[in-house]
Amino acid sequence: MSGTAIAPGTEARIRLCSRQDLVANSGIVAWHQGHQIAIFLLAQPPGSVGPVPPESSEVAGAPFASPITSDGLYALDNRDPFSGANVIGRGIVGDLGGELVVASPIYKQHFRLRDGQCLEAPDQRLRCWPVALEGDDVVLLAEAAAGR
Amino acid sequence: MNTPDIDADTSTATRSHRALPRLVVIGNGMVGHHLLERLIEQDAHRRFSVTVFGEERHRAYDRVHLSEYFDGRDANSLSLSEADYCDLNGIELHLDEAVTAIDRDARLVTTTRGEYPFDQLVLATGSFPFVPPIPTPEEAKESHAALVYRTLDDLDRIRDAAESLSARETRRGVVVGGGLLGLEAANALRSLGLEAHIVEFAPRLMPVQLDTEGGAALRQQIEALGVKIHLERATTEIIAGEAHRYRMNFADGEWLETDMIVFSAGIRPQDRLARECGLEIGERGGIIIDDTCRTSDPDIFAIGECALWNDRTFGLVAPGYTMARTVAGCLTGTCEPFSGADMSTKLKLLGVDVGSIGDAHAATEGAVSYRFIDEAGHGYRRLVVSADGRRAIGAVLVGDNSYYDTLLQYVQNGIGLPADPASLILPQGEGAPLLGADALPETATICSCHNVSKSAICQTVEGGCSDLGTLKAETKASTGCGGCTALLKQVFEHELERRGIEVDRSLCEHFAHTRQELYGIIRVEGLRSFEALLARHGKGQLGCDICKPAVASILASCWNESITSPSLVPLQDTNDTFMANMQKNGTYSVVPRVPGGEITPDKLIAIGAVAKKYDLYTKITGGQRIDLFGAQLHELPEIWSELIDAGFETGHAYGKSTRTVKSCVGNTWCRYGVQDSVAMALIIENRYKGLRSPHKLKFAVSGCTRECAEAQSKDVGVIATEHGWNLFVCGNGGMRPRHAELFATDLDDDTLLKTIDRFLMFYIRTADRLQRTSVWRENLDGGLDYLKQVILEDSLGLGGELEAQMQHVVDQYECEWANALKDPEKLKRFRTFVNDKRSDPDIIAVSERNQPRPARPEEIARLAVEVTS
Repeated sequence: MSGTAIAPGTEARIRLCSRQDLVANSGIVAWHQGHQIAIFLLAQPPGSVGPVPPESSEVAGAPFASPITSDGLYALDNRDPFSGANVIGRGIVGDLGGELVVASPIYKQHFRLRDGQCLEAPDQRLRCWPVALEGDDVVLLAEAAAGR
Repeated sequence: MNTPDIDADTSTATRSHRALPRLVVIGNGMVGHHLLERLIEQDAHRRFSVTVFGEERHRAYDRVHLSEYFDGRDANSLSLSEADYCDLNGIELHLDEAVTAIDRDARLVTTTRGEYPFDQLVLATGSFPFVPPIPTPEEAKESHAALVYRTLDDLDRIRDAAESLSARETRRGVVVGGGLLGLEAANALRSLGLEAHIVEFAPRLMPVQLDTEGGAALRQQIEALGVKIHLERATTEIIAGEAHRYRMNFADGEWLETDMIVFSAGIRPQDRLARECGLEIGERGGIIIDDTCRTSDPDIFAIGECALWNDRTFGLVAPGYTMARTVAGCLTGTCEPFSGADMSTKLKLLGVDVGSIGDAHAATEGAVSYRFIDEAGHGYRRLVVSADGRRAIGAVLVGDNSYYDTLLQYVQNGIGLPADPASLILPQGEGAPLLGADALPETATICSCHNVSKSAICQTVEGGCSDLGTLKAETKASTGCGGCTALLKQVFEHELERRGIEVDRSLCEHFAHTRQELYGIIRVEGLRSFEALLARHGKGQLGCDICKPAVASILASCWNESITSPSLVPLQDTNDTFMANMQKNGTYSVVPRVPGGEITPDKLIAIGAVAKKYDLYTKITGGQRIDLFGAQLHELPEIWSELIDAGFETGHAYGKSTRTVKSCVGNTWCRYGVQDSVAMALIIENRYKGLRSPHKLKFAVSGCTRECAEAQSKDVGVIATEHGWNLFVCGNGGMRPRHAELFATDLDDDTLLKTIDRFLMFYIRTADRLQRTSVWRENLDGGLDYLKQVILEDSLGLGGELEAQMQHVVDQYECEWANALKDPEKLKRFRTFVNDKRSDPDIIAVSERNQPRPARPEEIARLAVEVTS
């Protein structure tokens, strides 16, 4: 039972889960058409982290480079490239050098929440998913909902 | 003379021993062992077929710390190497096999078991204790059998003799000889519960190292410890005693009764073999050697205490090591001649600091002395300077060795004296010019055991070394007698700072505090949340995976609120969040608590049933419990609800917290047990379960000294005695094994628990993040003595507070899994996917030895092909 398509207005969206499924300052994982999406909710969206720099969108493999929303929601692939295990959603969320990050619980590498970039390995980057809160729903924007 | 073929193909040479020149080493003491280390370091053990003979049954051990044998250390922990050290390096080691003769013509040594040819021979036979010829009646002779103090076997004989004495009110032991070893022997007698006396022929203690005033100060300090000193006494005969077994009559008409006598009246070079095979021997004994440590036969070397160089013998280990290096060099073609050795020593005798440097007796022509005498504290310091007043040439220290390193550097390196040389020995804190690391010349020797200079340390730091442990491993500095530890640290930190490397002790970028400081802040301000701490004392927005779990651990140690409460959950590592241990494929392992390793058949069946139902891999752990592997996140609540129904509690295998209390069966079943070790293990485990700490805590309780529970490798080890319990602390297995140290003896149950309460809370209060008790202890200023003062003597007045804090944690205990299962909100987190009930499809198990295990990547690829085709 994957997300159900809902279409408020013109843009198609996929409902992933409800607001109550989220855990403040931590992560959960949603299933979406064979993908595992780790979703993090930061209770107080920190002011110092501004909009994502535009250059992020130029990186191949990251079609949606601005997953940040005013809701404090972030979504990354759940698969940890270093161990191959699906565990990113169970990592500790924190900030390093002003960047919001999640630490893999297996070998402790850090991934930027805003673009999935691994701080320890420049060639490793997690896919980002554009998500938003709509009422009580956590939704995935339509382009991503179509899958790749 | 045979010269080893240096260009020999080593890979084939190691296989065919026959083709290699034969090197025989007689003696496996500290110096003999050091020679082997040097040979191996220079790869010479592959160019020779090396055979070593040791007369004792033990492989080389640390004779310098021999007295610790009665203080809880065993032969194994005193060993200088692992049991297979020689084997692994292709060296043939024959222990308990004395060499009886050397045939120089036939190039053959004869032992108690056979004959062995040699091409090159090294004598490292050491010395033997001198027993003065004192008339003794036959019956006394037989029973006391001239006890001496040199080998582990000697110590066993001393212990046997002490134990054979009837348990009357005072058992008395006399040591004949008030030198360095005599004082050590007196300490050993004291450890065995005897009233210790020292009888010395000279008018002062340690006549070789100390002057009159120094000897007097030492005497006062030692007498204050209850050891009786008798100076200027020459024993003329030993006869049967009245109140005690023997009576010693002295030349001056005085006498002393005693139950046992240990002779420690000096040592003599063990030169018998050399003498009998015609090597040149000094007038007063000792095998004569030249600067290359060769004897009068160029194929035979002598090193250590048996050797006589320039008419001198050397009764310390450092000169012996230097000789060993010289010989290793000669055998490999890089000989550095032996040029004498510094006889300065720094010791702790019966807990009293004693130091002697260079010309301690001011024997040099025109030498001038400065003296500091502290009659109140029985301290004494003397600085001897050259006639022109420019250079320090010697020193004597009694009571405080903190002056030693600086004085030694002044003497050894000829550093110019300050305007007022006396300031070097005056009480510090009044502007005394401490010799900083930068004042030392590059050539200054920092570690004399391993001959490590300041420049070698600088080079290692230059090469990128930035922690002390690595520095020690790379240079070997401070791994011998350990006397230079403080100086090494000073030089190391100075070198780091000079290179602009700050010795930063901040926890992480969010807190410029150590864990210990954060602990104090949380306690003092009564903080109960990470956010409050970060807002008041930290910087940044969220914290990170370093500070969050560290603070969560401190909060748990202080207040012990359930770690599943919503404000604490985001702080925890995944293991603590989900109360299970994450494995490499993202599944978890589950370990129910099995206190003391005691488990009923019904509970065993229950574990088996759960494992079978959820298809879990099962393995017995080292801590006497059962680990169930391969559970997915969403299965954990179901698994735990079944385990809790069967009477289990969480085992905290996932936390930096109390793990297990291992135990043997104790006197309930065992023929040898003297206490009920299982019952005590249960008490301890149930008291400290759930206690969170800077790192994991392992305990064990053994029911007798056979130590089947291996308590001496644990953070807290308890070993039963006839009268109660001996407590050992700060041991470790794992990567860096460390023997636990004897902390307190013969404790009753209540005192044992109170002592452990205090010890654990003090550790929790003062340790760094992820610092095991062993490392904490090694870094603790003041060491074990300080720890004993704080915990046993309550020197900081903290005892009651520490006990109360522990009691609070104990009272707050609740099984975290039972707590979580009661709350549907908390259980929401245990979902692999919040919007789908499926398992993680990427977790694939295969069967091996009838159990599941994670599939390897290539197996997963193969399975995928099979599914799609």
